[in-house]
Amino acid sequence: MSTFNPHSEDEIVEIVQWALSEQAPIEIIGQGSKRELGRPLQTEHTIALSTYSGVTLYEPDELVLAAKAGTPVAELEALLAASGQAFQFEPMDYGPLLGRAAGQGSLGGLLTTNLCGPRRLKAGSARDHVLGVRVVSGRGELFKSGGRVVKNVTGYDLSKGMAHSWGTLGVATEITFKVLPKPEAETTLVLRGLADDEAARAMAIAMGSSGEVASAAHLPGNVASRVIGGTLQGEASTLLRLEGFAPSVADRAEMLKKLLASAGTVDTLSEDISRNLWREIRDVIPFADGTERPVWRVSMAPMEAYKLVASLRMGAAVDAFYDWQGGLIWLRMEGDPEAEAVRALVAKYGGGHATLVRASVALRAALPVFEPQPAPLAALSKRLKQQFDPSGIFNPGRMVAGV
Amino acid sequence: MPGLVMPKADEATMSRRAAIVAALQAIVPGEGVVDATNEMRVFESDALTAYHQLPLVVVLPQTVAQVSLILKYCYENNVKVVPRGSGTSLSGGALPLEDAVLLVMTRFNRILEIDYPNRAAVVQPGVTNLGITKAVEHEGFYYAPDPSSQIACSIGGNVAENSGGVHCLKYGLTANNVLGLEMVLITGEVIRLGGKHLDSEGYDFLGLMTGSEGLLGVVTEVTVRILQKPTTARALMVGFPTSEQAGQCVAEIIAAGIIPGGMEMMDRPAIHAAEDFVHAGYPLDVEALLIIELDGPAVEVDHLITMVEAIGRKNGATTCVISQSEEERMAFWAGRKAAFPAVGRISPDYLCMDGTIPRKELPKVLAGMRELSEKYGLRVANVFHAGDGNLHPLILYDANIPDELHKAESFGADILRLCVKVGGVLTGEHGVGVEKRDLMPEMFNEIDLNQQIRVKCAFDERHLLNPGKVFPQLHRCAELGRMHVHRGKVPFPDIPRF
Ligand SMILES: Cc1cc2nc3c(=O)[nH]c(=O)nc-3n(C[C@H](O)[C@H](O)[C@H](O)COP(=O)(O)OP(=O)(O)OC[C@H]3O[C@@H](n4cnc5c(N)ncnc54)[C@H](O)[C@@H]3O)c2cc1C
Ligand SMILES: Cc1cc2nc3c(=O)[nH]c(=O)nc-3n(C[C@H](O)[C@H](O)[C@H](O)COP(=O)(O)OP(=O)(O)OC[C@H]3O[C@@H](n4cnc5c(N)ncnc54)[C@H](O)[C@@H]3O)c2cc1C
Repeated sequence: MSTFNPHSEDEIVEIVQWALSEQAPIEIIGQGSKRELGRPLQTEHTIALSTYSGVTLYEPDELVLAAKAGTPVAELEALLAASGQAFQFEPMDYGPLLGRAAGQGSLGGLLTTNLCGPRRLKAGSARDHVLGVRVVSGRGELFKSGGRVVKNVTGYDLSKGMAHSWGTLGVATEITFKVLPKPEAETTLVLRGLADDEAARAMAIAMGSSGEVASAAHLPGNVASRVIGGTLQGEASTLLRLEGFAPSVADRAEMLKKLLASAGTVDTLSEDISRNLWREIRDVIPFADGTERPVWRVSMAPMEAYKLVASLRMGAAVDAFYDWQGGLIWLRMEGDPEAEAVRALVAKYGGGHATLVRASVALRAALPVFEPQPAPLAALSKRLKQQFDPSGIFNPGRMVAGV
Repeated sequence: MPGLVMPKADEATMSRRAAIVAALQAIVPGEGVVDATNEMRVFESDALTAYHQLPLVVVLPQTVAQVSLILKYCYENNVKVVPRGSGTSLSGGALPLEDAVLLVMTRFNRILEIDYPNRAAVVQPGVTNLGITKAVEHEGFYYAPDPSSQIACSIGGNVAENSGGVHCLKYGLTANNVLGLEMVLITGEVIRLGGKHLDSEGYDFLGLMTGSEGLLGVVTEVTVRILQKPTTARALMVGFPTSEQAGQCVAEIIAAGIIPGGMEMMDRPAIHAAEDFVHAGYPLDVEALLIIELDGPAVEVDHLITMVEAIGRKNGATTCVISQSEEERMAFWAGRKAAFPAVGRISPDYLCMDGTIPRKELPKVLAGMRELSEKYGLRVANVFHAGDGNLHPLILYDANIPDELHKAESFGADILRLCVKVGGVLTGEHGVGVEKRDLMPEMFNEIDLNQQIRVKCAFDERHLLNPGKVFPQLHRCAELGRMHVHRGKVPFPDIPRF
């Protein structure tokens, strides 16, 4: 049982080559903040990248940031904030939901779990912002892909290939991201008392307007009481975030209020409250209850998602709220994760995927944590894994049993 | 084909041509198979017209089942396949091979579904880029990525090339606007990726497919994001005495948090060529001209125009005109949009390059290009997606002068080497194809390239799809799969572990 703490790319290559020669499976961790995520691993050895940390390039004028994979995300966010910039895709922090401290994730973990947040609708996820990677493959070879510029179609986009690979394809050693200035102003409009289906329609109207809504979420009454210190007073709240230059935000807010007048009065949240609210939604604070009660993260077409929740409620006790115009459901189960029921409903209502992001180790070992794939796609995934990690030494079984 | 070596045609395949044609006719009856030489001529090149080659046979399927059967047949019979959309590739991605079936997707031209509440359109790959916008604009929607070829190019080709356009600075490239794909593997297996929902349950195959230049699979359906059109758009035309000042202006606009709907730069030769052609009212006494478009609510556009104007003046702009009407805005763009044909008027032929550089390197790269221009004795005009550093140098030459194409190609290769040297890349949006294939080692070493080819191996281990494109050398997958493992010692036993 060894944990390796490399300090250079050469050392990372050396560790992987050693693991290869021993045929010894090895777990890759950044800061380890998402270990409770995905299928549990039982490897004897670990590469912990927290010692491989530091910014290698930051040029605010060029909107580009590169850092070693073990660099804490929190450190990078602080650095960016000092120049008025941020990762536009707002990477969520799984810490609170998984019963850990906040602010522990690493840059490598951010890419390989493809983090994002409520701005996903408008700004995409980590995969949409990564510009380049350096990776040690399961062959013990260091390769690079991409670069430091936004427009680039030179060769296959292996940077995107690393996104959502959960450490099963290679060890990312250094990653380059596009960064952007933070919006000057922000506000949130709140519609009150809508049922889930009404909220889906209201959000669709808002997103389909020229109001340039950056985020749209719906919190049913019992969830609404668990954010921003109860300011929403436990009443179902449909939330529309507007960001940008102050005059534009004010103008769009007025436009949307008129557009949505038939849905009742529209309240406005101040900038500070709005920022906190979206951070809490991003980090799933309503379900950060210190328990291991199963939590699902379900991505579906926005106008279908509420139907899944309604159907599920007929047979099980569930707590749910919606982000991404309704298309992202965070679902907390009272008891059993009901994996088959959840996935059958995803398929019934237009498809998508359900990931069991929180559950006891026993459940995560017994159930497919990630949405099972149809046979030809599963076979393709297996072949891709084989091409990056032919001996299967990285995170065996993290995504799918046997891969 | 000057200088370009394509994979050696397989005699065995060529000798089986009649059987292959018959098999394809059985799959796609009627007009769907084209095998007469004179009828195949229209397919012999794409928009990289310096290269042409007749295919073995052309097939134009109409259903996914047909595509699947064609590929399965080719797989089982070891026949190569080159996919083609509208044939507007500027890098030779759709260049036929003598011993390959050319699979033309233009009959997949239906819009399958428009779903406004979920802001998605499901279309067949042969639908043109502009065709999507046309289908949704009556509801105020559009499809954002807008390559200049949008009237003609297909959405399937856009996916294969990860195409961009003026709007991509603000709204992202094809990769950021595609939600789902249906594709057929060379084995004939049909795979669906994504859909109207976001992100993937597993590996990001959508990301790998976008920009894969027809080497991984054949796209048979595309789900794209559609967006509401901005309410207003206005443009500024800002001229500078030096490209350094123009470059600095661009950097400051972006640093101020302003992401224009489009931000294009032209250098003096391009300005003059365009002005002579369309009389857009461009200033002729400047070294660099920026066309900056701001879109969004009127209040925002007015606010930002003031900010941009101030940044321009601060950086020494000698001309700064703000569009006061839709006609004027269109006039500003007319010159930029006509830049290619305008250059076509002043030179019998031109090559369009496509490197990307870090923005701050622009003055250095422009100076380098001037030197190269003198060295090769060929003129060059530059249009430039300024916001994201994507250069389009147009190299002027005359194909009737012996060796001038070759000279222009060497000049182009030197420009791209310069782009890579300053931290940029070989191609920003036009793809590698055959044109930049042999330059790939300028950017990637053998390990990098081999890992990319291994992705290809996961999809198409026999290298039957579009061989000879993208990779200078396509190693056999079995060879790439071999591992050389050295029996190692425990690495650095003296470092602390947990
Ligand atoms: C030496 C050490 C031992 C530890 N032991 C334990 C322990 O036994 N139990 C425990 O609960 N916590 C342990 N921790 C704490 C825990 O590891 C950290 O909090 C955690 O690693 C940080 O999470 P992360 O966001 O970096 O993503 P992680 O949770 O590390 O990773 C998320 C996913 O991304 C992958 N990944 C991360 N970085 C990369 C990369 N660079 N390249 C490719 N894939 C990557 C991972 O394999 C994983 O699939 C340990 C920490 C250290 C440093
Ligand atoms: C005048 C002009 C202006 C241009 N402007 C721009 C611009 O502004 N921005 C830009 O990015 N590009 C531009 N281009 C380049 C070109 O239009 C794009 O690359 C376009 O996406 C190609 O689409 P197509 O349908 O013509 O594809 P084709 O040229 O037919 O094929 C291109 C590649 O895609 C593959 N392919 C095509 N269809 C499929 C499919 N269904 N499945 C799998 N693979 C497929 C082919 O094998 C080939 O490798 C321009 C071209 C011209 C001629």
